[in-house]
Amino acid sequence: MAKKVALLQGNEACAHGALYAGCNFFGGYPITPSTEVAEVLSNELPKFGGKFIQMEDEIGAMASIIGASLTGAKALTASSGPGISLKQELIGYACIAEVPCVIISVMRGGPSTGMPTGPGQSDVMQAKWGTHGDHATIALAPASVQEIFTETVRAFNLAEKYRMPVQVVYDEIVGHMRERIEFPEPGDLEIINRAKPTVGPDKYKPYDTSFGDVPPLAAYGTGYRYHVTGLNKAQDGFPTTKAEYVDAEERRQIRKVEGEVARVDIEKYEEYLTDDATILLFAYGSTSRSARYAVNELRKEGIKVGLFRPITLWPFPEKRIAALGKQVKAIIVPELNLGQMNLEVERVVKGACPVISIGRVDGEPINPGQIIAQVKEVK
Amino acid sequence: MSKRFEIRFSGAGGQGLITAGIILAEAAAIIEGKHAVQSQSYGPEARGGASKSEVIISDSPIDYPKATVVDACLAMTQESADKYANGIKKGGVLLIDSDFVKNEPKGDFKVYKMPIMRTAKDEIGREIVANVVALGAMIALTDAVSREAGEKAVLARVPEAFLDLNKKAYNLGFEKVKALLK
Amino acid sequence: MAYDYEKYIRPGKLPHIWCPGCGHGIVMKGLIRAIDSCGLDKNNTALVSGIGCASRLPGYLDFCTLHTAHGRAAAFATGVKMAKPEMNVIVMGGDGDGTAIGGNHFIHACRRNIDMTYVIMNNLIYGMTGGQFSPCTPTGDKASTTPYGNPDPTFDISKLAIGAGATFVARTTAFHATQIDKLIAEGIKHKGMAIIEVLDDCPTTYGRRNKFRSVIDMMKRLKDIAVPVAAAGKMTAEQLEGKVLTGVLYKEDKPEYCEQYAKVIAKASGAK
Repeated sequence: MAKKVALLQGNEACAHGALYAGCNFFGGYPITPSTEVAEVLSNELPKFGGKFIQMEDEIGAMASIIGASLTGAKALTASSGPGISLKQELIGYACIAEVPCVIISVMRGGPSTGMPTGPGQSDVMQAKWGTHGDHATIALAPASVQEIFTETVRAFNLAEKYRMPVQVVYDEIVGHMRERIEFPEPGDLEIINRAKPTVGPDKYKPYDTSFGDVPPLAAYGTGYRYHVTGLNKAQDGFPTTKAEYVDAEERRQIRKVEGEVARVDIEKYEEYLTDDATILLFAYGSTSRSARYAVNELRKEGIKVGLFRPITLWPFPEKRIAALGKQVKAIIVPELNLGQMNLEVERVVKGACPVISIGRVDGEPINPGQIIAQVKEVK
Repeated sequence: MSKRFEIRFSGAGGQGLITAGIILAEAAAIIEGKHAVQSQSYGPEARGGASKSEVIISDSPIDYPKATVVDACLAMTQESADKYANGIKKGGVLLIDSDFVKNEPKGDFKVYKMPIMRTAKDEIGREIVANVVALGAMIALTDAVSREAGEKAVLARVPEAFLDLNKKAYNLGFEKVKALLK
Repeated sequence: MAYDYEKYIRPGKLPHIWCPGCGHGIVMKGLIRAIDSCGLDKNNTALVSGIGCASRLPGYLDFCTLHTAHGRAAAFATGVKMAKPEMNVIVMGGDGDGTAIGGNHFIHACRRNIDMTYVIMNNLIYGMTGGQFSPCTPTGDKASTTPYGNPDPTFDISKLAIGAGATFVARTTAFHATQIDKLIAEGIKHKGMAIIEVLDDCPTTYGRRNKFRSVIDMMKRLKDIAVPVAAAGKMTAEQLEGKVLTGVLYKEDKPEYCEQYAKVIAKASGAK
């Protein structure tokens, strides 16, 4: 049977991806260029009893989805730059309290109000380090309308599986452009729901590591009474300042994402003509499309250039980048900021090859010509 | 048609040119099964002032999603002609609303003229369908999609009560340009 | 006489963190009696708080408890209630948490008239951080950050709640212990946003700086300034100087938020 197809904006695809994943709660606040996500969900959620609430501010929106998630809901918020800045406090709360939720960050120019309708990729480090304190981050960076759909689904899956906030970060260009999308049928994509407790309420502890690094989370209102706090806590969920408890819990919360096995599960990237590449482009989001265009043009001239496109931005695909760093003469990192992910590439290749940044922050995309010129200079 | 074809619709905010771009992209991507990307101007400039909507159509997946040098451009107003008719490819085409664009942009492209707003007002009776007249005209001018696909996409977008009106507008725009091309 | 508070208190979680003479314990006991009298199901009741001395209260009690971030309790609680309207949602917090950093969430929760009970313990000060002035610290009073006397005007929390749209607003004091549970119970039974302001005392960080020689002096003040709403009608403006009204200050029946949203759901699913 032919699949349902439509021409959709990236933001609209995000909303539909969320619904496919089982999202039944959205708390948000209007902000350009992410508002279409809220608009679509305000229309769709109540059709099946889902909840949409426009909160009084960005912090309230973030608070509402954490509250909703604790009742068992699959909860989403969407925002951009300044709004994501405001949400940071409670993104940290969701990290330490280990509450699954998904945050869409549609990147515009910045800092501050910046260029609300212009594209940017300058919030990728914010995704990693925006909230204070040590914490692990999962952030996904789709590059097309179809991929926004599938990565939003994956964001929910990872949030539920690893019991934490997951961010989907994409620039205004992919958020606002329209492309053909094929809607997956139910069952085409895997849907993961959080593990439920296997012990009775009398034995239940919300951070019980005897069930592994991701302890099952009970929903409020199902007979399990427990405590949730933003304070450092012990396995029973109650605040503690006991050194060994605090240390163990903090390390576990990072390990659950950055441990070997988890990394293999979470990391996702695409390589294009990297096998014989002597020059590597590292690009994500809309910029990766310019980079791919550039690769095709340059290959016509016989220049051996390849593209590495991280789809999972955080945790960073360290191993593969380190290996590629040893293979190529140089890595070029075009991004719509003045140098962010290039620093991570640099950190990982440890001087094995030069890492060259192409930055742009004037509200225009990085076009293939810019990348082609840089490759030719390096060659 | 070349591998990658770029069309820009420009005019004043509120003239429905973003919708025209979306319909063209739907005709290409949904009805004809090609690859298409549509993008548009946002923010204050999309409300009044000069506004634009761009469509890229290709037989293969589209990497760079923004226009590079457009193959064809529509300009409904002088301001949009001044602002957006600059990046037209050598040998490309520009369609202007001749009642509003008095200073014709100069370049290595062919300019076609048609009183688009007036056609919508006088011959259809509704200025609001000027964007659909323009869409028909641009499809006739470029063969970006087939006439039938364009019409089907128009009709899929409009409420039932306005089907005839829009069908008329689309075909009028199409035929007027075909007559110019003869 | 011996009331069984134990069945609502989490084993091993006491003693609490509150200083001797603090009124928060009185409020906690009032809350327990109110919940008990309303017969709320522990499994189906969420106690939500922000940050501050008062916000530690839920941790001691055996419900679904959610100790959130500073000021954000009402917004978290809104998420809980909206996602699961069948749950009883009670917010417990202080004056600084609720009306300064959480002011926006507070007024909008009132405006929505979402069905929850918010007990706000107003002790006129930020106690946890050592006694900085709050929006409720009386003008002229001393706090650790107003060494020359507080230049700020103050919030009247109950008036703020009424102005913002809460449909049940009541006030009492930590001295009037038996009124606390009655008002909270009435708030719980009320369909819509119920604000119960409890004037409280902080001997450690407020009393010391403002010439209260003992907790008893502070309790006496609470006793003296309280005037029941009914009695106030017969008093002159002069007699009411420096007094605060206690009892149910405002009550109104208005559409409740989750019920309103249920109508949205009915409309949207019908239009499918």
